[in-house]
Amino acid sequence: MNLVLLGLNHKTAPVALREKLAGFLGDLTAAYENLQARPELGECILFSTCNRVEALSVTEEPEGAVQQLRALFSGQGRIPPAELDEALYFHRDRDAVLHLFRVASSLDSLVVGEPQILGQIKEAFRQAAARQATGPILNRLLHKTFSVAKRVRRETGIGDHAVSIAYAAVTLGRKIFGSLAGKTAVLVGAGEMAELALEHLKSDGVGRIIIANRTLERGRQLAQRFGGEAVSLEELEDQLLHGDIIISSTGSPQHLLTREQVKGVMRRRKHKPLFFIDIAVPRDLDPAINDLDNVYLYNIDDLKEVVESNWQRRQQEAVKAERLVTEETLKFLDWLETLAVYPTIISLKEKADRICEAELDKTLKQLGPLTEEQRQVLEVLTHSITQKLLHDPILFLKGHHHPQRPVRDLDVVRRLFNLDLDSQPPSPEEE
Amino acid sequence: MGNALIYLTLLAYFGATALWLGFFLAQREKLCAGGVWLLGIGLGLHTLELIIRTWAAGYLPVATFGQALLVSAWALVAAFLFLYWRSPIKVLGALCAPLAALMVSGTLILPQGQVSVSPALQSLWLTVHISLALLGNAALCLAFLGGIFYLVQQRQLKAKRFGFFYRRLPSLEQLDALNYWCLTIGFPLLTGGIISGSLYAQRTLGKFWSWDPKEVLTLIAWLIYAVLLHERLMVGWRGRRAALLAICGFLVLVATFVGANLWFSGYHSFANFIKQP
Repeated sequence: MNLVLLGLNHKTAPVALREKLAGFLGDLTAAYENLQARPELGECILFSTCNRVEALSVTEEPEGAVQQLRALFSGQGRIPPAELDEALYFHRDRDAVLHLFRVASSLDSLVVGEPQILGQIKEAFRQAAARQATGPILNRLLHKTFSVAKRVRRETGIGDHAVSIAYAAVTLGRKIFGSLAGKTAVLVGAGEMAELALEHLKSDGVGRIIIANRTLERGRQLAQRFGGEAVSLEELEDQLLHGDIIISSTGSPQHLLTREQVKGVMRRRKHKPLFFIDIAVPRDLDPAINDLDNVYLYNIDDLKEVVESNWQRRQQEAVKAERLVTEETLKFLDWLETLAVYPTIISLKEKADRICEAELDKTLKQLGPLTEEQRQVLEVLTHSITQKLLHDPILFLKGHHHPQRPVRDLDVVRRLFNLDLDSQPPSPEEE
Repeated sequence: MGNALIYLTLLAYFGATALWLGFFLAQREKLCAGGVWLLGIGLGLHTLELIIRTWAAGYLPVATFGQALLVSAWALVAAFLFLYWRSPIKVLGALCAPLAALMVSGTLILPQGQVSVSPALQSLWLTVHISLALLGNAALCLAFLGGIFYLVQQRQLKAKRFGFFYRRLPSLEQLDALNYWCLTIGFPLLTGGIISGSLYAQRTLGKFWSWDPKEVLTLIAWLIYAVLLHERLMVGWRGRRAALLAICGFLVLVATFVGANLWFSGYHSFANFIKQP
């Protein structure tokens, strides 16, 4: 029994290739039918996100399985083999498990530590399980994967530090205001980054949104999009009375607000905290505003610096995470090996039971009539002899977890007890 | 020695300290939950100890510095747990638990022995006076600790340098709310303590106010808190200034509690509570 994983991701394949693959693997029903029709592939599962397409299979014939998976990826020749082979990576057994754990823990992601990947893998598992494509091994592996990813998230700080400017602004807001629920955000001007920040704030529960724009028409459009109200730029100072978070990104050559203006507003708003985010270059807001009590001003460079240092921190945490993932991989492989040993243990026990019963039958016939009690004593006797005899071989099988050894040990045990011949139905001339 | 209870209390407080510091470093919720339980158990034992002492003496024993510390520690833990129940600011435990443990240790280190207290001081009035004052101190102590956290967190946000504490400390708004909440509870208690004391002084000494060092310092602290409360309500002071005033006010209160007994002498000094042989 082997695990094989074939796939490509954002590091190995250009987006055009990933798109093509996602295109014809997008029809999951067809893809799974295709996979399940191939005898080389046992249990299997497909992962397809915008950054990666991968297939994982449990198989008895790894070589054949890889060929089949490659055929699936080429989409019946829709992708030239040379292009495909350049992008594909291939992992077996230990490396396949390690790879899956790393992907789910977001160690292999474009943005290390991003949280979406775990949800995507869960969804992929749901899809595969719904089509009965997975079995005991993949079920166990995927559940283990979820718990490993959660453990990594819990025990390392890999997801703790915001690594996008928009999200960094939200986490800063939370440290100032606690919860953003019921707070008012004011967007001054417009721009991609400012709108992204506003979107983040909104999904984090910001109550009211005010948009101040030089052209009221553009302001109205944005207001409609975010469910806010539009005001003119001249009203900005008054809007500071209601706003808590101000995102500014206009093309204005001079400062829109000075320290004195904000100081005056602070008195009027009873010193409730104000959080300014100045994304504009040149800056819209007087840097001296940050000196005022209860006012926090962050410009684009400050936010970039936050993101930069968070990146470094995530990298440090990723080292810890790698260690955890390796540890968990070894644990899973242990389990997998004990699994390989079970069929042998079972046939060993079955053989012993068969011998017991045959011998008991013969003996009982020779002994003639016995009381029920005497019969039971004999049964117990034979069973305990075989059990004690098998005890050590079974321990021997279970106790060896070295990657190469079990296969050889299994072979020895099977030959020693002649298990492979026994699995055939007993021939008539057997006693 | 009937001190087993107090040692058990101390053990619980030190245990809670360890758990809470562990929580502060490792940020595991379980450690914090364990810390709350241990503090709760400690408070139960502590309460029992105080009841036994009060029962034996017939009045709340606060005649020596050590005894007063024991009651203060009780008030602090009680105030913290009450606050925790209302609005949990978890990291505060990392300061409260060790502080309580140290105060109880102080009780054990300071000379104790049996003291007899002059009959004028064995009244229910005095118990009321001291209970109010110490409970007020405890609430204002929480405002003080919260104020320290506020200043640390605010500095990091202003300087845009996010160190070890940034992630571990709560938001500014939460810390500011703590300041307000403790002030609205601590200030009336402190006021009640002053009024009950002065009424009692009128009954026993014949005058409401005698400009004793402890009285003067308390008055200063009371004025600081009065200004803070007034400005908070009227002008909307908050944040750094509120935190600074809460810290100043509490430092003056500590001076009244410790300093007035060690450096100045007046009728509030512990030395004067004990009956001269």
